[in-house]
Amino acid sequence: MTDTQNTSLAARLAARFGDTLSLLPARGGETTAELTAADLISVATALRDEPEFRFEQLIDVCGVDYLGYGQDEWATETVTATGFSRGVEGQAMGRFSWAERPRDANMPRRFAVVVHLLSLAHNRRLRLRVFCDDDTLPMVPSLTGIWPVANWFERETFDLYGILFDGHPDLRRILTDYGFVGHPFRKDFPLIGNVEVRYDAEQQRVVYQPVTIEPRVLVPRVIRDDADLIQANAEAADDWRHN
Amino acid sequence: MQEIRNYTMNFGPQHPAAHGVLRLVLEMDGETVVRADPHVGLLHRGTEKLAESKPFNQSIGYMDRLDYVSMMCNEHAYVRAIETLLGIEAPERAQYIRTMFDEITRILNHLMWIGSNALDLGAMAVFLYAFREREELMDVYEAVSGARMHATYYRPGGVYRDLPDRMPQYKESPWHKGADLKRINSAREGSMLDFIEEFTRIFPGRVDEYEDLLTTNRIWKQRTVGIGVISPEKAKAWGMTGAMLRGSGVEWDLRKKQPYAKYAEMDFDIPVGVNGDCYDRYLVRVEEMRQSNRIIKQCVDWLRANPGPVMVTNFKVAPPSRAEMKESMEALIHHFKLFTEGYGVPAGETYCAVEAPKGEFGCYLVSDGANKPFRVHLRAPGFAHLSSMDATVSGHMLADVVAMIGTYDLVFGEVDR
Repeated sequence: MTDTQNTSLAARLAARFGDTLSLLPARGGETTAELTAADLISVATALRDEPEFRFEQLIDVCGVDYLGYGQDEWATETVTATGFSRGVEGQAMGRFSWAERPRDANMPRRFAVVVHLLSLAHNRRLRLRVFCDDDTLPMVPSLTGIWPVANWFERETFDLYGILFDGHPDLRRILTDYGFVGHPFRKDFPLIGNVEVRYDAEQQRVVYQPVTIEPRVLVPRVIRDDADLIQANAEAADDWRHN
Repeated sequence: MQEIRNYTMNFGPQHPAAHGVLRLVLEMDGETVVRADPHVGLLHRGTEKLAESKPFNQSIGYMDRLDYVSMMCNEHAYVRAIETLLGIEAPERAQYIRTMFDEITRILNHLMWIGSNALDLGAMAVFLYAFREREELMDVYEAVSGARMHATYYRPGGVYRDLPDRMPQYKESPWHKGADLKRINSAREGSMLDFIEEFTRIFPGRVDEYEDLLTTNRIWKQRTVGIGVISPEKAKAWGMTGAMLRGSGVEWDLRKKQPYAKYAEMDFDIPVGVNGDCYDRYLVRVEEMRQSNRIIKQCVDWLRANPGPVMVTNFKVAPPSRAEMKESMEALIHHFKLFTEGYGVPAGETYCAVEAPKGEFGCYLVSDGANKPFRVHLRAPGFAHLSSMDATVSGHMLADVVAMIGTYDLVFGEVDR
């Protein structure tokens, strides 16, 4: 995949679909387009069937929960009279009530479904992202009618994120246990889970009970400004051992 | 007249041919499968969620445990995704090492597959032969990483360390001593590259042995020829990749079409099937082993001639050497920060795929700039393949379900994640 190919893919997508697709700036030769749930089926059908696109293969469908995107739990810039924060007052998954947190203004909608397509004929990849309009009842149309392989990928996304796929023939849980409650990959689902199992000697069977272990995170989530590695690259270039 | 109804049968999760923990609910009409409903998830460990809670480097070990017979290929996809977002590239020698170990891993995987698939279909001996060679390759894994399977050898920016200059040898024991000990240690006198080169010399003969046992074997052909035929259209629609797609006659291999590491420089061929049945996929995989052997040989030759660094010198990503930490304060600080906090990866998203032995193994990585991934999704080839089970086996006999599970090359570590 060369850049010119992808630029032309982006250009052709823009020419064919116009405002239906909002193309994101390509990074590293990858093309990403966002669209609304209402347009998904018509766009996907066209992408599969039209000779200039011919995305015969659906490679992947997965959910993303953007709750807390770009939020860290260790203030590394502001300092108080007692020094920097220690990062021990954890705020990440499982350590606080997510519902009480302010929602990031840049991410007005929580759930997205990300679809990866592959064209064998043109040797190209395309990523589609559909944000779900309603956070309480996230729903997108099912792609099973276009690519049958979407069946299990959508079941998985439903299982882990609770995103519903309209028109899916068999939307059961797939990875979690029979009778599992909740959608474990949502950011407000604690990493350690809500229930644990143990053998109850009195009842002589395995029982569920609320988790008894304390949630903890060993490494706090940090976002630093120097993460762009420019400084690091300069340091590496300037290293006395290599000059 | 007695009423005859279909009945439902439970296959697995504790079944020797279920390759782990597959539970298949089969609706049977006599001995013919009407509907197959695979229940997966019995090995679900939440790898992707665990990865979200840890710094990037700490999740490399989880990747080994996904498809636990093709460990380093999984690492490769994850590590490449991180490198893409960081905008760094591993040194050339590290790229060759990765190429070589990807192919060693492919042989490891295909040996496991040929052994267990043959065992499922009634041929005991192949398993024993295949494990003879697997043992040698796992020794290579151990020599380079310290672990026979879960290597955690690939790191963002290169590989953990350079190839060792000697191979571990067998010690004297009541079973191996004297001349016998000398014989089994004879290939292990030199460096690891010597050992691998010796392996590439004898391995084609070993593949001939497997072929002697199976390729013209009447029982093997009766169990695989014309079984589980997948048309090219169906293979594409069901998201099949790897040998499943090539067995159906579609010429598609990421190593050729979207080359990564050093595959663009390698001379190798892509075997393609004709009929899309289990037998063709068997032939494709056997030929892949021979081609992998060719690639390994080319990598060995290059690695011998070109010493050099195997890790980037960017200390924001790669740890400094132990010796440097003793003399440099900066190095000590970098080491401390790397192993406590990790490194931040610039915000963005990427999908990086490798041609794993089972098909396209992809890693979709979303970062918001933090020291932990915001979202990791692992695209496991086996998951897509297994989802086509119902469409493939309905109408087949029960025994063909076993052949099909074998030909899918399922490993539940990656299906259930």
